[in-house]
Amino acid sequence: MVSSEEDGGAAEEKETNNRRRNRGAVATAWLTFYNIAMTAGWLVLAITMMRFYLQKGTNRGLYRSIARTLKFFQTAALVEVGHCAIGIVRTSVIVTGVQVCSRIFMVWFVTNSIRQVQSEESVVLFLVVWTVTEISRYSYYTFNLLHHLPYFIKWARYNFFIILYPLGVVGELMTIYAALPVVRRTAMYSLRLPNKYNVSFDYYYFLIIAMLSYIPLFPQLYFHMLRQRRKVLHGEVIVEKDD
Amino acid sequence: MKHYEVEILDARTKAKLCFLDKVEPNATIGEIKSMFHKSHPQWYPARQSIRLDSKGKSLKDEEVLQHLPVGTTATFYFRDLGAQISWVTVFLTEYAGPLLLYLLFYFRVPLVYAPKYDFTSSQHWVVHLACVCHSFHYLKRLLETLFVHRFSHGTMPLRNIFKNCTYYWGFAAWMAYYINHPLYTPPVYGEQQIRLALILFLFCQMGNFSIHVALRNLRPPGSKTRKIPYPTKNPFTWVFLLVSCPNYTYELGSWLGFSLMTQCLPVAAFTGVGFIQMTVWARGKHRGYRREFRGYPPLRSPILPFIL
Repeated sequence: MVSSEEDGGAAEEKETNNRRRNRGAVATAWLTFYNIAMTAGWLVLAITMMRFYLQKGTNRGLYRSIARTLKFFQTAALVEVGHCAIGIVRTSVIVTGVQVCSRIFMVWFVTNSIRQVQSEESVVLFLVVWTVTEISRYSYYTFNLLHHLPYFIKWARYNFFIILYPLGVVGELMTIYAALPVVRRTAMYSLRLPNKYNVSFDYYYFLIIAMLSYIPLFPQLYFHMLRQRRKVLHGEVIVEKDD
Repeated sequence: MKHYEVEILDARTKAKLCFLDKVEPNATIGEIKSMFHKSHPQWYPARQSIRLDSKGKSLKDEEVLQHLPVGTTATFYFRDLGAQISWVTVFLTEYAGPLLLYLLFYFRVPLVYAPKYDFTSSQHWVVHLACVCHSFHYLKRLLETLFVHRFSHGTMPLRNIFKNCTYYWGFAAWMAYYINHPLYTPPVYGEQQIRLALILFLFCQMGNFSIHVALRNLRPPGSKTRKIPYPTKNPFTWVFLLVSCPNYTYELGSWLGFSLMTQCLPVAAFTGVGFIQMTVWARGKHRGYRREFRGYPPLRSPILPFIL
């Protein structure tokens, strides 16, 4: 799913004493490095995918060719949860956590571990969506931290998602759906009774529940991004409902 | 006697909601809430938050008008807390669920397990023991809610009942399903493990009850006073020397005992999640005690002696 952070990931803290200003500078430097590295990583992914498709003309083997790079850069995003936790990025830990976990789940527990779905078109679909989204997101943060944000980057970040987000959801759901028969047949990641822990787990039903969870979660995240877009692009002041 | 005038504004929009004239100087916030309720019947007193400052803390019902930093025309800000439900109702509902749900699984009612097991009984005696312990635990909680606890707050937001019931009922169903399953595996170390677990469970149940009674006795009937709890003649309360919230400590112990007794992962998961939540509560309570009372015993930890 597309990430939806509340601000540009800027680490600006209005400091009054020197010590705290230095820590702010370190955090800013780290975040700038991190966002540049992530932009570069997803750019590499995009280019590798394009080259593969132009050379081979098929999506068979596409996933395998980018698997290591994807695993590295997507897993590295876990660090963003830490950024929220220590406060250098002002976003909810839970929101970021949920989003990063859903990506990690898609990569490690669906696509990477179930070979039979790797040549599905839906995989290419969500990979393209993720790549475009992440490149615009991380470059937005980078330019924001450097205080030189070109309008088209801001425009991209807050407009692409309108189409990309639903497309990405379609890609992910179709991939999980394609994985279902394989999971059922091989009973992978599943634990049956009887066992000494007196618990059971059926990965097949877990995947079905995961698919169903998109129903409540997707609209919430989508409308959150739409609200952010109105605030950032049109300067609308949105009065939040009191709890 | 000089009378006060009271105007109540909406905390967000600052709109004038209510104007009360000829208010007694010794009127309490509670009485003002009742008067406000008359002009706005949809906002019963329990869902009113009245403050001096639009972003400030809620004033307590017991506060008296003339002792507040206001002029003869007092301005208060109002915030709607949303629909409220009484603590007693929430507790009774959230505890009755596990009590009944567990029994449904214990008696293996139809549609839960395969039809050939309907209304059968487990061959393992630990399963029967577990049912007694689990039922006893929730029965104890229900009775404590009715006869022991003295609540500081009357109500909580309505949405809490859905959140809380999902938690308690969900976990109860999850653990009951496995413990009463026809393919249940009894504890690895057999009788020894079960006996040790039972002793731990009973000890902590008695401990938890003792703490609840001690806390109740700190507070005269109908009051909301807070005092530092101290060890009493009951040995179970001596743990107050080392811990601020021993009721949570004993509760953790009870569920550790139950986990050991049933050797069931869902029970261990419930114990773990409960422990995290109780630790958050205990630390909050501990901080509250330290802030409110100057000479608060420094040796005490929130929930685990010397550790947490």
